[in-house]
Amino acid sequence: MKIKVFIERENIKKDIEIKPDARIIDLLKLLKINPVTVIVSKNKKIVVEETPINSKDRIEIYSVVSGG
Amino acid sequence: MCKICSERPVYVGLDGKNYCKNCFMEYVEDKIFKTISKYKLIERGDKVAVGLSGGKDSMTCLYILDKLSSKYKFDIFAILINEGIENYREITAKDAKKFCKKNKIKLIEFSFDKNFHLTLDKIKDKGISPCTNCGILRRYALNKAARENKATKLATGHNLDDEAQSLLMNEFKGNVSFSAKLGPRTGVLMHSKFIPRIKPLYFLTEKEILVYSKLRDLPITYIECPNSHDSFRNEIGKVLNELEVKYPGTKHSIISSFLNILPDLQNKYQHTKIGTCSICGEPAAKDICRACEILELNT
Repeated sequence: MKIKVFIERENIKKDIEIKPDARIIDLLKLLKINPVTVIVSKNKKIVVEETPINSKDRIEIYSVVSGG
Repeated sequence: MCKICSERPVYVGLDGKNYCKNCFMEYVEDKIFKTISKYKLIERGDKVAVGLSGGKDSMTCLYILDKLSSKYKFDIFAILINEGIENYREITAKDAKKFCKKNKIKLIEFSFDKNFHLTLDKIKDKGISPCTNCGILRRYALNKAARENKATKLATGHNLDDEAQSLLMNEFKGNVSFSAKLGPRTGVLMHSKFIPRIKPLYFLTEKEILVYSKLRDLPITYIECPNSHDSFRNEIGKVLNELEVKYPGTKHSIISSFLNILPDLQNKYQHTKIGTCSICGEPAAKDICRACEILELNT
């Protein structure tokens, strides 16, 4: 199944193919994103990496690194 | 579920235990309070200038110090430095101004253009890394503006990631004496014109601060400085993040080891002579301070 993902750092939306029992951490692995460098929201709520996801969820990935 | 109250988790601590929204915010605030207490960063009656960029670190620092200031009887105000970085600083500065206005926090503005007659964009392709120039001029500006506004402490939003990066950068460049100036409060250099610097977010990771600022819904535009991609700091940060995911706790261990040897480093380098710049009268290690060197080269 496919899930909609917004990656804030690149300002792009992607459709990503995931397994039915996928979790946030699996999605990050697919996208080759180091979990230390991002926080993730599922349906506008910040979630931990073990959180399960499905095709109806809206996922947003925010970069931790800013430089100020 | 949250290790304290069994609500939905938003963050996993280094010990592998979960925190929900409220317990996580309490954890962050408690960590900052303990850092301030343990290292005596702020005392009753202090006037604390907070270096404000409008980014997540400095906004979180200002938000929490503002919360603590009435209970613990100290004053705060913010200093906003505008270096002149197009499509970046004017955006974060807008957030910073809005936040200070809403929370009735006095805001001092210091622009490179007005005070130094240059912008970072104008000098960035002249050989020296823009981050080096920016760091030197920003520290100079913050110290000057803090002192001129009678601050007794200067707080910055430096976090655990920043500090671990600085330590490694100093190691790799053979500048160990520079590390004696790190730590939760000002290191070894004493000068009557130096305002002691404090880092209340010292033991929080960049990720913890981002989660906190999002949960608190602080008015922040999360954008990255356009110059940071090319910096040595950025390279070191990447290495540290790769190590952190393989060996969780790496950054904390670096800081913890460093704090054990910091008193020895300070003892060794505390006799470093600090004089006064012959051009501007500000503290300087040589006859001319590094800020004036940059200004002489570029104006």
